[in-house]
Amino acid sequence: MAKKIALLQGNEACAMGALYAGCNFFGGYPITPSTEVAEVMAAELPKIGGKFIQMEDEIGAMASIIGAALAGSKALTATSGPGVSLKQELIGYACIAEVPCVIINVMRGGPSTGMPTGPGQSDVMQARWGTHGDHAAIALCPASCQEIFSETVRAFNLAEKYRMPVQVLFDEIVGHMRERIVFPEPGELEVVDRTAPSVPPEKYKPFDTSFGDVPPLAAFGSEYRFHVTGLNKAEDGFPTTKAELVDAEERRQIRKVECPEARADIELNEEYMTEDAEVVIFAYGSTARSARYAVNELREQGIKAGLFRPITLWPFPEKRVAQLGEQVKAMVVAEMNLGQMVFEVERIVKSTCKLGLVTRVDGDPLTPTQIIDQVKEVL
Amino acid sequence: MAYDYEKSIRPGKLPHIWCPGCGHGIVMKGLIRAMDTCGLEKNNTAIVSGIGCASRMPGYLDFNTLHTAHGRAAAFATGVKMAKPEMTVICCGGDGDGAAIGGNHFIHACRRNIDMTYVLLNNYIYGMTGGQFSSSTPPGHLASTTPYGNPDPAFDLAKLAIGAGATFVARTTAFHATQIDKLIVEGIKHKGMAVIEILDDCPTTYGRRNKFRSVVDMMKRLKDIAVPVTAAAKMTAEQLEGKTLTGVLHKEDRPEYCETYAKIIARVQGA
Repeated sequence: MAKKIALLQGNEACAMGALYAGCNFFGGYPITPSTEVAEVMAAELPKIGGKFIQMEDEIGAMASIIGAALAGSKALTATSGPGVSLKQELIGYACIAEVPCVIINVMRGGPSTGMPTGPGQSDVMQARWGTHGDHAAIALCPASCQEIFSETVRAFNLAEKYRMPVQVLFDEIVGHMRERIVFPEPGELEVVDRTAPSVPPEKYKPFDTSFGDVPPLAAFGSEYRFHVTGLNKAEDGFPTTKAELVDAEERRQIRKVECPEARADIELNEEYMTEDAEVVIFAYGSTARSARYAVNELREQGIKAGLFRPITLWPFPEKRVAQLGEQVKAMVVAEMNLGQMVFEVERIVKSTCKLGLVTRVDGDPLTPTQIIDQVKEVL
Repeated sequence: MAYDYEKSIRPGKLPHIWCPGCGHGIVMKGLIRAMDTCGLEKNNTAIVSGIGCASRMPGYLDFNTLHTAHGRAAAFATGVKMAKPEMTVICCGGDGDGAAIGGNHFIHACRRNIDMTYVLLNNYIYGMTGGQFSSSTPPGHLASTTPYGNPDPAFDLAKLAIGAGATFVARTTAFHATQIDKLIVEGIKHKGMAVIEILDDCPTTYGRRNKFRSVVDMMKRLKDIAVPVTAAAKMTAEQLEGKTLTGVLHKEDRPEYCETYAKIIARVQGA
């Protein structure tokens, strides 16, 4: 049977991906350029018995999805940079309380209100370090409408598997671009549900590490009954200030994402012509589309160029970037901000290859020519 | 036989953090009796709070409990209730938490008329941080951040809830201990947003600064200012000066949010 095909906007593809992943709760607040995600969810969720609520503000939206997730839902919110700024308080809450949920950030320019209808990639460090305190982060960055669909599914899977908030960042260009989407059949893409407790209710501890670094999570309203707090807590979920318990919890919550096994599981990159590359362009999101074009142009001009496109931005793909750093003469970071991911790349390759940077923040995308010029300058 | 509170309290979680003379314990006991009277199942009940002294209450109670971020209780609770409308959802927290930093979530929960019971402990002060004035501190009163007297007018929290659309609003005080559970019972049984404001005392950070020489003085004040709404009807404006109305202040029937949404689901699925 032929697969279902549609011409969809990136934001619409995001909503359809969420539904594929089993999302049954959306709490949001209107903000350009992400609003279409909410609009599709408002229309689709009641059809499957799911719940949509437009909250009074961005913070409330984030609160509602955490509440719903603790009651067993797969919960989504969608916003843009200013909204994520407001949500940071409760993104931190979801980190420490280990609540699975997905936050979509359709990136525009900034800071503050910035350029609501223009694209940007200046929230990538916010996705890593936006909320206060030490915490792990998972952030994904698709570059096409099809990939927005599949990465939204993967975001839910990672949120459920690692019991934490996962952010999906795509710039306004991809969010509002229309492309052909081939819908995967049910079962074609993996859909992960959180690990439910296997112990009897009286033995349940919401942060029990005897099953590994990701404790099983029960739902409110089930036979399990538990306490959740944003304070540092012990395995039983109740607040503690005992140094050894706080230390163990903080380190475990980072280790569950940053240990080698988890990194390998979460990491996803696309590479284009990197096998023999002497210069690699590091680009993500819509910028990678210009970079790919630049690679083709440079190859025609006899320059062995390649593209490294991280789809998982966080945790940062440091192992592969280090390998490429050993291989190439130079790496060029292209991003629609004034230099953010370049700090990570620099951290990894500063002693192995030359590094160039090309940036743009005027609301227009980086062009292949800009990238090509920078590659030639660095070489 | 004395009432058995322990069946509702998590083993090993007491003593509580509240200061001697604080009324929060009186309110918690009232809440326990009320939930018991309503026959609430522990597994099917969620108690949600924000940050502050009063917001520590859920940690002691053997239910599904969610101690959230400052001011956000009503918004978290909205998510829980929407996801599982069959659950009984109760919020508790203080005046600064619920009506200042959480004011927006509070008024919109009232507006939606979502079925939850919000027990709002109003002790006129930010106690946990050491006694800064809140949005319900009376004008002229002293707090650590109003050393020359409070220049701010105070919220009437029950009026705020009524104005925002809560369909059951009641008020009592920590002195009127037996009325606390009666009003919470009515709130829980009410289908829609129920707000129970409980005027409370904070001897440690509010009383000491405002010439209440003892906890007894503070409790006497709560007793003195409270006038039942039924009695107030027969009193003059002069007699009501400085008094606070207690009892059920507002009750109306209006469609409840989750029920309205359930109808939307039914209509969409039927179409």
